[in-house]
Amino acid sequence: MKRVVIGVVSVAGTGVVVGRWLASRRRASSPVKDPRAQHRWMAVTINCHPDDVAPDGRLPRPLAQLDVEVRVEKAPGDRGTELYARPRAPVPTGRAAVLARLRGDHPREMVRTALRQVKSLIETGEVLRPDPDLTRERPARAGRARAKVVDMALARAAGEERL
Amino acid sequence: MKAVCWQGVDELTVERVPDPGILNGQDAIVKVLATTTCGSDLHLLGGYVSAMRPGDVIGHEFLGEIVETGPDVRRHRPGDRVVVCSIIGCGRCWACRHDLWSLCENSNPTPDLAETLWGGSTAGVFGFSHMMGGFHGSHAEFIRVPFADHNAFPVPEGVEDTSALFTSDAAPTGWMGADLGGVKPGDVVAVWGCGGVGQMAARAAMLLGAERVISIDRFPERLAMTARHVGSEVIDYTATDVLAELRERTGGRGPDVCIEAVGMEAHGLGPDQLYEQAKHQLKIEQERPFAVREAIFACRPGGSVFILGVFSGTVNRFPLGAMMNKGLTVRGAQQHGHRYIPMLLDRVARGELVTSHLATHIMSLDEAPLGYDMFKEKKDGCVRVVFRPDM
Repeated sequence: MKRVVIGVVSVAGTGVVVGRWLASRRRASSPVKDPRAQHRWMAVTINCHPDDVAPDGRLPRPLAQLDVEVRVEKAPGDRGTELYARPRAPVPTGRAAVLARLRGDHPREMVRTALRQVKSLIETGEVLRPDPDLTRERPARAGRARAKVVDMALARAAGEERL
Repeated sequence: MKAVCWQGVDELTVERVPDPGILNGQDAIVKVLATTTCGSDLHLLGGYVSAMRPGDVIGHEFLGEIVETGPDVRRHRPGDRVVVCSIIGCGRCWACRHDLWSLCENSNPTPDLAETLWGGSTAGVFGFSHMMGGFHGSHAEFIRVPFADHNAFPVPEGVEDTSALFTSDAAPTGWMGADLGGVKPGDVVAVWGCGGVGQMAARAAMLLGAERVISIDRFPERLAMTARHVGSEVIDYTATDVLAELRERTGGRGPDVCIEAVGMEAHGLGPDQLYEQAKHQLKIEQERPFAVREAIFACRPGGSVFILGVFSGTVNRFPLGAMMNKGLTVRGAQQHGHRYIPMLLDRVARGELVTSHLATHIMSLDEAPLGYDMFKEKKDGCVRVVFRPDM
């Protein structure tokens, strides 16, 4: 019985955390709503010389495949190169934005993912692949519910928060 | 292969799961020879770490033999006996280049969860939730090691598995606490916790020149083990007032460096324990920072506090006033193991650092649920259980 109660509390707790996380994607993170949320540059800092980010003016493939504005700046100190990008076309808003995020094709999320991949490719030569889910059967209802909550969060884990 | 899987709160099972394979060119597959329980696993087991999925393989402190390498692995070949750092680093981002390996910017494929909770992501960690990348853990017969050139370290000949094993996590974590806590010759150092990490922190403080090292815990067998194998002074916090004891032992100053090696499930005394336990169980607040609070109060003005224990969320009643007004330096980190592991393996080989006594129990993978029960409840003097998949 104790285990069931702890399990339910645990699933609820995870749900609250993930719910707050999901909600945070729709609300301003400060009391002031960001007026430039749709247009802000997204950026990664890459540990290399600016010339190595886009040799011969060619962007690395994950970004080159997208319709994006890009700018490259030397980072302060010894921090390498700042690579900025944002979608050229207007991004969906309101309900369309929510649906795009659920489908995983929101333009800003796609740019964010591409930036991460470019950084990893330039620095390490590869994009690290996660280990596959090994579980074939979810043994209990609480386990299935918990897995679903975590899966939901993971499906959105390549989004557009800052790196 | 056989693996120990997290299924829910306080529920582990031993399952047959598919063998790992090479997914990236810089991966290696390691046959696990020895893998150990760690106090931080108990936070996963208790459901206090977000983003665990039923079926996840746990375990992060291990040693093994490389059996396969990806086409881009240069420094290792099949047959190498290696200890693998629990933290995964790419070796080439700014953080790794600056020896801040647990902040690697390329080894966590699911960084958004951490970024949302903490405002920034950390490195991937083996067997430590999907917040840390969702990598399969080491309590298995085989494990995939990403960026193998940077995360696997050859074990010197003549060093036993059960000695080298603890240079994967406990020893470098402890060493980091003493090193980044700023321990220098002549210092008095207090260490909260006499588990594997706490003992290693105390030993590191000695090797870095501390004049006195005082370890604090409540379990008589752990206190005795620390006094015997590490050589530090000990305090049983259930038998005396720790703050008064430390003041008396330090001429009224307090320790120069305080190292917390307990973490979010710390045990307190009296009404405080009941209050924190209730909040913990109800998930109102994940952390019980008794040892951190005590370390901050105990530390001498102008001293340094290093937090080694794992925390994941927010804490109430944090003594910010004491920290600010006493001018303390407070730091914390997951271990930057890569900067210490080769040096630690050399010290183990030379006999300067003794680790094998931590392995109080050796079991097969099949016995993992029993082993974790013993480890959690500290039964039979258990400090660490080492699982050997070949048993």
